[in-house]
Amino acid sequence: MSRIQTTFDKLKLHKRKALIPFFTAGDPDPKLTVPLLHALVEAGADVIELGVPFSDPMADGPTIQRSSERALKHHVSLHQVLDMVAEFRRSNTGTPIVLMGYGNPIQAMGWETFAKRCAEAGVDGVLTVDFPPEESHEAFAHLDKHGIDPIFLIAPTSNDARVERVAKMARGYVYYVSLKGVTGAGHLDLAAIEKKIPQLRRHIKLPIGVGFGIRDAETALAVAKLCDGVVVGSRIVEEIENSAEQDVVANVSKLVRELRLAVNRA
Amino acid sequence: MTYNYPDSTGHFGPYGGIYVAETLMGALDELNQAYEKYRHDPKFIAELNYDLKHYVGRPSPIYHAKHLSEHLGGAQIYLKREDLNHTGAHKVNNTVGQALLAKRMGKKRVIAETGAGQHGVATATVAARYGMECVVYMGAADVQRQSPNVFRMKLLGATVVPVESGSRTLKDALNEAMRDWVTNIENTFYIIGTVAGPHPYPAMVRDFNSVVGKEAVVQMPELAGRQPDAVIACVGGGSNAMGVFYSYIDMPGVKLIGVEAGGHGIASGQHAAPLTTNSPVGVLHGNKTYLMQDENGQIIETHSISAGLDYPGVGPEHAWLKDSGRAEYVAIDDDEALRAFHDLCHLEGIIPALESSHALAHAIKIAPAMGRDKVLLVNLSGRGDKDINTVAKLSGITL
Repeated sequence: MSRIQTTFDKLKLHKRKALIPFFTAGDPDPKLTVPLLHALVEAGADVIELGVPFSDPMADGPTIQRSSERALKHHVSLHQVLDMVAEFRRSNTGTPIVLMGYGNPIQAMGWETFAKRCAEAGVDGVLTVDFPPEESHEAFAHLDKHGIDPIFLIAPTSNDARVERVAKMARGYVYYVSLKGVTGAGHLDLAAIEKKIPQLRRHIKLPIGVGFGIRDAETALAVAKLCDGVVVGSRIVEEIENSAEQDVVANVSKLVRELRLAVNRA
Repeated sequence: MTYNYPDSTGHFGPYGGIYVAETLMGALDELNQAYEKYRHDPKFIAELNYDLKHYVGRPSPIYHAKHLSEHLGGAQIYLKREDLNHTGAHKVNNTVGQALLAKRMGKKRVIAETGAGQHGVATATVAARYGMECVVYMGAADVQRQSPNVFRMKLLGATVVPVESGSRTLKDALNEAMRDWVTNIENTFYIIGTVAGPHPYPAMVRDFNSVVGKEAVVQMPELAGRQPDAVIACVGGGSNAMGVFYSYIDMPGVKLIGVEAGGHGIASGQHAAPLTTNSPVGVLHGNKTYLMQDENGQIIETHSISAGLDYPGVGPEHAWLKDSGRAEYVAIDDDEALRAFHDLCHLEGIIPALESSHALAHAIKIAPAMGRDKVLLVNLSGRGDKDINTVAKLSGITL
């Protein structure tokens, strides 16, 4: 059984919702990535989405783009990100890690090499933002072979046919993008999420995480009530950006603890 | 026609496709359906043709550059005069088509990315013509080097947004336009200016530009007595090249030559020639294609004297034409393009765009070794008025 499934099963048993923080590997400095991963677990993260920096993050807003730029200043490569996960796994064998990013760095490494290295490093899932199900057959085959869960996005604009297509290929959990736009943008429409999730459940048997637009304890709680997990990205990246380097780990921990307490009330 | 690409899923062999986030898939579905519906609709075609004739000024003539040809002493060089179109380049062929499609889809707002500013101007123009709001994204570096076009867009009522991220050029403008589109998907039509992006853009932009080649196939026998031995066009994303190549693909006697930007020279690494240099295949801006990138798959900064060619990828159909051997791709560096620019000014009284000067430079390079009975057709994709500041600066002159 995959680490992601085990995690969600356990949460379900305890009637708890997952807290899924995101940050970009190598931001603000590669030496902080593994400490940040451990700190997030300590603060209450159930699953961690670790961003792989890319030069052209088209689906992201300015906050996450800047985090990629900071990481790329240190020339953080996909190889290094995998090494970071391997290092994290030396002292953590329970918390699932999902790599999130764009297809080109993986394409450059080769899907088979990538999937194999993911398995060796202890990566649990891969979300390739710009590879929709239509273009994911090759990726899927390699990830599946090495037991890595392909995570897919669903958008407010995804119709039933598309949701069904995603349902067939997805493993682990499904990530529902709760608003139209890029990461870090706009306001949450809770009513729309409340309406959409039951529609998704008709096709999707996996846990559903919701992200985009979750900025504080209040919104985290509201969203957690409607789904199986909340993804918080831009808000955490913002905290990293606004903290002096020596305070990054402490400040991010404090933020995630607050989010954890809120999600626990759902 | 026996050539029949892309396939129904938007692939040209292994290239092309739809590599975008799920948030855009709905909009691309909608666009694809609308395009399939209207491309064969007689009313749509009639309206398009009317505007191409009366608004754009088509057909554009073909001109025998006799003086230049004599000067070179070899093949006869003919120019397809896209520079004479309204707005001064081939780009307007496509923006008229996409704007008419946007109108039928009920979209009141259009957005565009632009490099040299030609596509931005062409988009701002049709937005004014059809009464739409227009926002153009342009790399901040390009805003500086193409200031006349920035002012033209503003005169036409468009909002120009300088993009400060990344390399501050065309690719970053494309990223930003995609972000706008995904945020305003309900009321906004994204007019992509080149034969790249997710399906159906590469095919749609080619189709709207294919009027160039369709005219040439009729005009060349009238003027030169036959079809050319080779058709030469510059390739950044590759829209003018696909436009003129498309009708010739099924004529095996006609060579197709795409000319990429060699920048400071291929050996310098500072260029924008992914096909010529056999760059690795990758995924950017919605499609799979040859892509300039480092060993970790990060997109690298390109260089060209010409903003319109300064792009790390290339339209997926060009990637396919290269692999299939139907077209060949070469590079012309900044200096060669600049010499061709001045040659055409002096010998023919035509100021060409720096982009088109690359195609012209290749013709100038190969013509002397060819017989006088040989015929080269160069797509003169745009006029060079927008480039006079760049050229003046390179010559040490302040305007």
